Amino acid sequence: MLSRVADALYWMSRYIERAENNARILDVNLQLMLDFENQNEETVRHHWEPIINSLEEHDLFYSLHSEANAETVVDFVSFEKKNPHSIHSSITRARENARTVREHASSEMWEQINRVYLFLGSERSRSLFAGSAYEFFKSIVEASHLFQGITDSTMTHGEGWEFIQVGKYIERADRTSRILDVKYHLLLPTGEKVGGNVDVVQWLAVLKSCSALEAYRKLYVGEVAPWSVAEFLITHDSFPRSIRFCVNRLDLALHRISGSAKTHYACEAERLSGRLSSDLDYSTIGDIFSFGLHQYLDRIQSRLVVVSDAMHETYCEWMEEEDEIVSRATSPVAK
Amino acid sequence: MEGCFSDYLSGDFYDEMFAAKGMARPHYRKLMERFQEMGPEEFERKRNLAARSLLNQGVTFTVYNNNEGTERIFPFDLIPRIIPSSEWELIERGLTQRITALNLFLHDVYHGQRILKEKVIPEEVVRSAAHFRPEFMGFDVPKNIYIHICGTDLIRDDAGAYFVLEDNARCPSGVSYMLENRQVMKRVFPNLFGRYSVRPVDAYTEELVKLLRSVSPDGNTEPNVVLLTPGIYNSAYFEHSFLARSMGIEIVVGADLVVQDSKVYMKTTKGLKKVDVIYRRLDDDFLDPLVFRPDSLLGVSGLVDAYRRGNVNLANAIGTGVADDKVVYYYVPRMIKFYLDQEPILPNVPTYLSAHEEDRAYILENVDKLVIKAANESGGYGMLIGPQATKEEVEKFRGLIIANPRNYVAQPVVLLSRAPAFCDSTIEGRHIDLRPYILYGDKITIVPGGLTRVALRKGSLVVNSSQGGGSKDSWVVDDEGETPGC
Repeated sequence: MLSRVADALYWMSRYIERAENNARILDVNLQLMLDFENQNEETVRHHWEPIINSLEEHDLFYSLHSEANAETVVDFVSFEKKNPHSIHSSITRARENARTVREHASSEMWEQINRVYLFLGSERSRSLFAGSAYEFFKSIVEASHLFQGITDSTMTHGEGWEFIQVGKYIERADRTSRILDVKYHLLLPTGEKVGGNVDVVQWLAVLKSCSALEAYRKLYVGEVAPWSVAEFLITHDSFPRSIRFCVNRLDLALHRISGSAKTHYACEAERLSGRLSSDLDYSTIGDIFSFGLHQYLDRIQSRLVVVSDAMHETYCEWMEEEDEIVSRATSPVAK
Repeated sequence: MEGCFSDYLSGDFYDEMFAAKGMARPHYRKLMERFQEMGPEEFERKRNLAARSLLNQGVTFTVYNNNEGTERIFPFDLIPRIIPSSEWELIERGLTQRITALNLFLHDVYHGQRILKEKVIPEEVVRSAAHFRPEFMGFDVPKNIYIHICGTDLIRDDAGAYFVLEDNARCPSGVSYMLENRQVMKRVFPNLFGRYSVRPVDAYTEELVKLLRSVSPDGNTEPNVVLLTPGIYNSAYFEHSFLARSMGIEIVVGADLVVQDSKVYMKTTKGLKKVDVIYRRLDDDFLDPLVFRPDSLLGVSGLVDAYRRGNVNLANAIGTGVADDKVVYYYVPRMIKFYLDQEPILPNVPTYLSAHEEDRAYILENVDKLVIKAANESGGYGMLIGPQATKEEVEKFRGLIIANPRNYVAQPVVLLSRAPAFCDSTIEGRHIDLRPYILYGDKITIVPGGLTRVALRKGSLVVNSSQGGGSKDSWVVDDEGETPGC
C-alpha cells in the first residue's frame, strides 16, 4: 500500500471519530445544563469552558467570542470553520482525505462521508440544529456509526482497513480520556460535596457521553462513584470506548499491519503501543488515583501522540523529508 | 407529460430526435412514448434522483473562481441521445481508420519522416508544432503504439453528416461521465432499457486495463500498472480516481514515485515496488522536471530517462500532442491516403490555415463569420466564434492571426445538430457533439456510444463543461424501429 494512502486512511478515520466525539460531548453538556437551575454567567462559563480546554483551543475561542456559554461553545465546536477540531472541520478533513483514496475505500464508504459533508454544508443541518440540537448531534453520531459499519462490511479487512482501525482507536482513546478530564475540570457549585447529588449527575453525564451508562450499571449496581466511573472508562477490558479496550485494539491493528506476533514488536510504534497496552492491562484504579487522575489522563494523551508519531515515521516518513525517502526505502521497515 | 414535445421546435438544425415537427425518427419513438406517459411529478422525481445520486457519488468536476475551487456535478440531461447501429458502424469504421493512420503518422514522424520527405505534410508544420518532441526521434515505443487512448470529437452538420472536429490524442477526459451516466440512467429509467436493446458500455475499464497490461515494456505478464494524476485539485480528479478504482490499479501522484537506477518505483508501507506501466493523466510538460518544465512539482525526476531505457511505459506515449495540433489536423485526411491508401470515412470539418497566404486573406476578411481556433488550445479556450463575437474580440483575433499565422486555423461555423434537452420546465433543442473513446492495443476497441456533450445555454455552440455544458447518456441501439408510415 502506498504510504500516502495509509496516512490518508488513518486521518480519515480519526477525523470521523473526532466529529462523533464532539457531538457526544456537546450533547451531554447541553442536557446536563437542563438539570441545574439559577445559573449565572459565572456558572455557565464553568460549565462550558472545560470543553474548549479539552480541545486545546482556548485562545482561538476567545479571539472569536467574549463569553463561553451554550450558544458560543456549541457553535464553535459544531460549525466553526476556523476551529480545526470542530465537527464541520473534522468532517471536511475526513472527506478531503477520503477523496485522495477513493479507490481504496469502498464506494459506499465514500458516499457516506460525502453525504455527511453535504449535509453539514446545507441549510438542512442548520435547521435541524435550530429545531433540536439533540437530533442534530444524534445524526452526527449515527453518521459516524453508519460509516464504521459500512467500513466493516464493505471494505476488505486488509492493510488499509487496519490503518483505519488504528486511526479510529487512537482517536477514541484520546477522546475518552478528554471526556473524563472535562469532568475533572468541572467545578462543583459551592455547597456541593463530592459524591453529592450534583457530582453524581455530572458523572452520569460522563458515562452517557460515552454511551457507557447501561454497560456501567450492569457492572456497578446502584453506585455512581468517581473512581468506579473512571475505572470503567479507563480499564474495562471489553467496553468498546474504554481506553484500555481502544489501546488493545490499536496495538492489535499495528501488529497486523507488520505481521509480527503480538508478543513481539517490529517497529517503535508497536513497542510503544504494546507497552501502553500492558500498563493499562495491569493498572488498578487505586494506582491511577494515587498518580492523580488528571496527570494520568494527560500522560495517556501524550503517549498516544508518541505512538502516532512513531507509526508515521515507520510507514510514511518520506512524506515530510523528500531527501530521506531513498535511504528509508532501501532499508527494511522492520527494526 | 403528454404533449411534452408538442411545442418542440427543430429550428434550422439537424434534430437528432425529430425528422419533422411532431414526427420522431423511428429509433426515438419508444423513448417519446415513455416520456409522454410520464407525469410531470414523476419526471421531476427522476431528475432529482439522478442529480442526488451523482452528487452523493461525488461525480463532480472542479470550477475555479476567485482561487476558490468549488465542486459541481457535471449537469446531466435525462433525455438520452440515441444512435442507430447503422450510423454507429460508420463511426466505428471511420475512427478505426483514423487512429490507425495517426499511429502510423506518429511512428513515421519520430523515425524516417517519410511523410515529410515526400512533402505530403510540410516539414515546417511538424517542426513548429508546440507538442512535437524532437528529443524522441528514433525512440521505439512498445508495440509501436503511441496513442493508446483517444477521445475523438465528432459533430454533425445541418444535414446530419458526421465530421471529426478534433482528435484529442493526449489525455482525453470524460469517459467516467459516460460510464456514470449509464449507471444513473439504468437506475432512473429501468424499464426504458427493457424497451430498447442498448449496447452496453461497462466493458470499457476492463478493456483499458487489459490494454495497459499488454504494453508492459519488457513483456512482463504481471506488470504493475498505475494511474498518475496531478492530484485532487485537478478538475478531472474524480475521473482519475474512478478509473483507477474500476481497474483495480493504484492511483499515484508524482510524490508517490521515485526513480532509482533508471527504474520507477512507488513508495509503499512495505518499501519500494517497481512500476511497469503508467497511465498518465499529466501532460508531457509536467512529467519530469529534469527534462521538461523544471518548475513542475507534479512529475517525477528521472521518469523520462527510465522511459527511454525501456524500463517503464507511458500511455499515451510522449509526443502524441503533435497530432493534436490543429494545423496537423488539417493534414489527417492526407495521412489516411498516404499510409492506408484509403479515402477518409469520416471527413474533417473544412479548415483554413492562416499560414497559407490565400487562406489567410480569406480568414482576415471573414473573421466575423468563421470560427477561429488557436492551434494548441483545448477546452473551449483560445477560440472565437465570429458571428457571436463583439467587434473588439474580432479585432483582437485579427491581430493575433497577423502576428502569428502558424498558430491559427479557421473553420466555417458548423450548425451542430441538436437534441431535445430539459431546460427549466420545458423541453427544447440544444446543440450536441459526441466523443467516442478509442482504445488501441493488440486490437482496436471502441465502446459503443461515448460521451454526448450538450451546450445547455440557449443558442450556445460550446459544449465544454467549463463553458456551461452538460452531458447525456448516449445509446447505440440495434433496433432501428419501423420506418415511418406516412
